[in-house]
Amino acid sequence: MSFNWTDEKTEQVIGNLLRAGVLISAFVVLAGGIYYLVQHGAGHKDYHEFHGQPQYLCTVSGVVASALKHDSRGIIQVGLLLLVLTPIARVFFSAISFGLEKDFTYVVVSLVVLAVLIYGLLGS
Amino acid sequence: MNTIEFTLVVWVASFLAGLLGALTGLGGAAILVPVLTLWFHVHIHYAAGAALVSVIATSSGAAAAYVKEGYTNIRIGMFLEIATTIGAVIGAYLATKTPVEGIAIILAVVLLYSGYVSGRSQPEHPIGVRPDPLAGVLRMHGTYPTPEGQRSYLVSSVSKGFGLMFGAGTLSGLLGIGSGAVKVLALDQAMKLPFKVSTTTSNFMIGVTAAASAGVYLRRGYIDPSLAMPVMLGVVAGSFLGAKLLARAKTQWLRRVFAVVIITMALELIFNALTGRL
Repeated sequence: MSFNWTDEKTEQVIGNLLRAGVLISAFVVLAGGIYYLVQHGAGHKDYHEFHGQPQYLCTVSGVVASALKHDSRGIIQVGLLLLVLTPIARVFFSAISFGLEKDFTYVVVSLVVLAVLIYGLLGS
Repeated sequence: MNTIEFTLVVWVASFLAGLLGALTGLGGAAILVPVLTLWFHVHIHYAAGAALVSVIATSSGAAAAYVKEGYTNIRIGMFLEIATTIGAVIGAYLATKTPVEGIAIILAVVLLYSGYVSGRSQPEHPIGVRPDPLAGVLRMHGTYPTPEGQRSYLVSSVSKGFGLMFGAGTLSGLLGIGSGAVKVLALDQAMKLPFKVSTTTSNFMIGVTAAASAGVYLRRGYIDPSLAMPVMLGVVAGSFLGAKLLARAKTQWLRRVFAVVIITMALELIFNALTGRL
């Protein structure tokens, strides 16, 4: 395979990836938000005291499971998770594109950042 | 107010924060946390959670445009993200241990600093930069587009920049903001990047930094979907419009107005923290 991967190509792909991630997550958050307001719009909610969230909204697997059961707050949370995944996908793609450029120092740099991000998301 | 009314009002406030943030280049999230806590009586943990996800959205949306235009130095961004993400995870854990008054006062100090920075004028291109040998090894020296064609620049003090970025990341995780002002300090004061390169590269790193703390925020229950929904959608819409208007707007006086708003909110935060009204 003879192609020349350049910084400019990386910039184009990263730009498109970031834009798509934000648009998709905003769409999911909006859909879940409308559904939430239809169900609970007439009620009251107070955010003055901190109670955390129910356990199912605090883990990646719990959020996905609740969204699949059509829980409106779960659907919003899936949209927010897609948003969090957008820069993580960008770092993953950076690692690949630095590899294509044979810039192995920056492959390692990207993988270190990716490891910190995955640790942050999933925890110990 | 019922939930629909509350959601709409929060959306409008977030829209304005996003609009002003994009027009002044300060980002909307730094002002969102005080707006939510002072005006809407939202607990500072929920406010930080909603602001943090909004930071990811605005940073990614703006970065998409800047990266394509060729201002962003992706190598510098990637390298310094090691420091900002580790700092962000530590900052997010610190947020769970720090009393809310402490968080409010630290936020106020960062706001005061941001207000001060936004009032200053910056030279477009630094002169007499002493290049750091490490920046050569790491292939950080770059070029950026100007009306006269591509212009090259050299990079200074990589390790000092790295240290400052660790601090910026910690603040970002602790407060749920992008801490763009601290990032720009590291990039243009320490590493001597041209103004457009430092602002766009700072913005490029903000989304990844916030994503590193988001997991900790999620597990601790800081991210409330029904609050984050109008905040995130409002900020995204506002900053999108702001980016469109940017070329035509008179940003000089807007920056001054925004600086005054930020400083007022910072003082109000300090007052409320000291008098136990948070």
